[in-house]
Amino acid sequence: MTTAAITPHVTDYKTAGAYTGQKGIWSWLTTVDHKRIGKLYLFTALFFFMVGGLEAVVIRAQLGGPNRSLVSAEFYNQLFTMHGTTMVFLAIMPLSAAFFNFLIPLQIGARDVAFPRLNAFSYWVYLFGGIFITVPIFFALAPNGGWFGYTPLTTKAYSPGINIDFWVIGLLILGVSSLAAAFNFLTTIINLRAPGMTLMRMPMFTWMSFVVQFLLVLAFPVITIALVFLLFDRFFGTNFYTVTAGGDPLLWQHLFWIFGHPEVYILVLPAFGLVSELLPTYSQKPLFGYAVVVYSGILIGFLGFGVWAHHMFAVGMGPVADTVFSLTTMLIAIPTGVKIFNWIATVAQGKLKFTTAMLFALGLISLFTIGGISGIMHSSPPANLQQTDTYFIVAHFHYVLFGGSIMGIFGGIYHYFPKMFGRLMHEGLGKIHFWLTFIAMNLTFFPMHYAGLLGMPRRIYTYDANQGWDLFNAISTGGAYLLGVAIIVFIWNFLSSMKRGAIAGPNPWNAPTLEWSIPSPPPEYNFAQTPEVHSRYPMWDQRASDVDHPKVNLTEGKSPEQMGIIMPYNTIKPLVVALGLVVMFSGLIASRDPATGGSKPVLWVMFAGAAVMIGALYSWLLSPLEPEHHAH
Amino acid sequence: MADPHTPAPVIDPSHALPPAGESTAGHAHHPDEKPHPTWKQYKWVALILAVITIAEVWIYYIPAFVASRLFVPSLLIMSAIKFAIVVMFYMHLRYDHKLFRVLFTGPLIIAITSVIALMFLFGQVALRLQ
Amino acid sequence: MHYTATGLDNRKIAIWAFIGSECMLFMSLISTYLIYKGKSVVGPFPHEAWTDPMTGRVFHGILDIPVTSASTFVLLMSSLFMVLALAAVQNKHVPKHTTGDRILGSSRLWLFMTALAGTTFLGFQAFEFTSFVHEGLTIRRNLFGSTFFTLTGFHGAHVTAGVLWLLTLLAIDFKRGLTAADEMVVDMCALYWHFVDVVWIAIFTLIYLIR
Repeated sequence: MTTAAITPHVTDYKTAGAYTGQKGIWSWLTTVDHKRIGKLYLFTALFFFMVGGLEAVVIRAQLGGPNRSLVSAEFYNQLFTMHGTTMVFLAIMPLSAAFFNFLIPLQIGARDVAFPRLNAFSYWVYLFGGIFITVPIFFALAPNGGWFGYTPLTTKAYSPGINIDFWVIGLLILGVSSLAAAFNFLTTIINLRAPGMTLMRMPMFTWMSFVVQFLLVLAFPVITIALVFLLFDRFFGTNFYTVTAGGDPLLWQHLFWIFGHPEVYILVLPAFGLVSELLPTYSQKPLFGYAVVVYSGILIGFLGFGVWAHHMFAVGMGPVADTVFSLTTMLIAIPTGVKIFNWIATVAQGKLKFTTAMLFALGLISLFTIGGISGIMHSSPPANLQQTDTYFIVAHFHYVLFGGSIMGIFGGIYHYFPKMFGRLMHEGLGKIHFWLTFIAMNLTFFPMHYAGLLGMPRRIYTYDANQGWDLFNAISTGGAYLLGVAIIVFIWNFLSSMKRGAIAGPNPWNAPTLEWSIPSPPPEYNFAQTPEVHSRYPMWDQRASDVDHPKVNLTEGKSPEQMGIIMPYNTIKPLVVALGLVVMFSGLIASRDPATGGSKPVLWVMFAGAAVMIGALYSWLLSPLEPEHHAH
Repeated sequence: MADPHTPAPVIDPSHALPPAGESTAGHAHHPDEKPHPTWKQYKWVALILAVITIAEVWIYYIPAFVASRLFVPSLLIMSAIKFAIVVMFYMHLRYDHKLFRVLFTGPLIIAITSVIALMFLFGQVALRLQ
Repeated sequence: MHYTATGLDNRKIAIWAFIGSECMLFMSLISTYLIYKGKSVVGPFPHEAWTDPMTGRVFHGILDIPVTSASTFVLLMSSLFMVLALAAVQNKHVPKHTTGDRILGSSRLWLFMTALAGTTFLGFQAFEFTSFVHEGLTIRRNLFGSTFFTLTGFHGAHVTAGVLWLLTLLAIDFKRGLTAADEMVVDMCALYWHFVDVVWIAIFTLIYLIR
């Protein structure tokens, strides 16, 4: 064993003129630092979250009373399609990705992810793909076939315009981003854990992220192929979803939901991971039944591939298929329930600190449970037939996705904001944000249960009075406006705390995991010395031998050069590859067919994009990641 | 065990041209890995693969066998054997770290189960209970 | 060597995860082919003859088993060449005494042979596709055409990517010579190549042989 190449000077802590990291726009465009990429994901995803939220507010304004005509039926279709697509692919998944990026390397004691440049590539593909799919709504040309894009509605025969093309191509682009990120994080978690960080010592957020990466790796190829079929049908006249040629419309539904159900866990498991970090911290006691939470997470992921057809009970699959998928769906409630009981047992008899983050975590437990229970209700096919395609389903999945994913992510943001930016978010505003959100969320979505059971169908752009839906819709709309106010409070708090929040210090919450052993915000190299891990909660049970590490790792204000640490080169190449990829795909819709108004491929645009992509890719792969370094 | 205090990743200086990946990890064999097979085994594997392929095509041209119940199962078994041989020997999964086996067989099981489930759902296969 | 938690190379873990992902990709394609098997409204069909009721034209079963058996054999042999290429790179430092050793130890030869076999396979596929189109089966003609061309086309695209990868390695080998230090880069390419081969093993049986 050699000693560390340099001996850090703990006394240099915060000297005047200390190194504060790279600056300037170019440094952001070329960054390969997982923490900066995480922040890029966070800002971009919050922006798209607001776009999706705005779409929801317009939807609710239209539905606030009977026979309103704020938007046309056609534009309403675009609104609900883009609301779903935006929230799933451009808001919640990337918000989770922001935490994957920022937290996983810190939690496992690594310097960065396994493939830093691939990580930058994932982000740029996400950004360009997100812009690609979002821009058309400002020209009333947005996708209008629902976020699930059921065929044959989305085939050329019924949707001849350019709208669906944006959706198909946009999702193909975003799939590239998700898959690249998944391979990266999978490798990172398997291979870059610090010495002593065994699998069963990994922080729970990293564990749940690990499961999510497997789901991404296995689910995204399926939607990719389903989309390729649709693309071929629309552009090359194939017959995959053409009923007159013998095609089966159910093929799309099956492929979509083989992806779609794991996708639900892709959306919610990261939030589960986050609250599993928050609850022990604010209860100041270890997570109850750590191993059981791990195994139930794995089981949820695995069973997630065997329940997809419960989204399709209404299509008439026959009694055997209905029974099998009903049983597997009920089965999956068990590991989910186990998690909820574990969280409750974690909180029980703890020294509770009701910070904003803790409130959001508790909010997740209560709201997700409601969504989970209504989920079990429609796991029974006879009940499902009554509820399917009604607002009851809308209520259910908003309790799961807003009450589960978004509450968990908000909790995570309040909890990790000090680690990201070095400052605390304002607790008073935070609590206003929480209570507004909690109340508004229930006002918006709880009445939908009633409207749905009274027979109000989903995706209708208006309705007649006196069907018993008016009051519930009015309450929902009021709640949605209030949610908008809550988000404004949050954004104000977020932006002002970045500048004026109280200085946080390395571990403001007395949290137990490794990311809290380093300064806030962490230096570019994360850990000056790779930590050695002896327990699940290294910050709570430090041993005498560990004492050096926190001290060394708390050294602030030193550049990597001063520390003798070699960092990867910044590079623009991943951005160029991503741009080439998106240009290549855009070539498919670069021209109009004057006869039908549909889109036509322009080959030279596609070839130009492909040439840029392949050229930049070769240049990337043949250039070194970091400066040559000779062993000592 | 590498030195946990190592402040930076180390590039093997023998990389005159950097590898087509990001990692700087070297190429030393992991203790769990057995040595890979050599030409002596490789040629036998190739021979077995060729023989099975010939057998597959052969039975395709025997009308009586094609009509029999054994045709489809025997083809499936033969291609499964070929599949397994290539994966075990040519992809040296048999000699590699068990992690790779998990990374491959896990998805493969989910994929095969999904194919079978879809065959049932679309009525391309059915169980007859009498 | 840089410390990793498992002692394994990052890239090898990533390529295996990628191959696992590809299993699901080809699962979707193969499932679709099998789901739509026998559901085409008009011919030509893979094995059975079909007479067009409008024109009276007879379409014979379109799959050409002898030709495809030959291309299957070529692809199988390419896997042998690939393992020899990898072994040659791994054993660069071992002294070669006989001519046989020198032939087996030539990474350039075996990389070239693998790429050549892959290109030959693609040539067979191009021949197959054009003759099918001449016989009246296009990707738009019926469900069989759509599923067949998409599935085998996706496989062909994977082979093409593999050939480009092999040629890149070959170029590096000619430029500076691959050494044992490059084992991982060649191993990744080999794993990908063999995976594309095993997918063809499944396709050959499920699509071509089973009637």
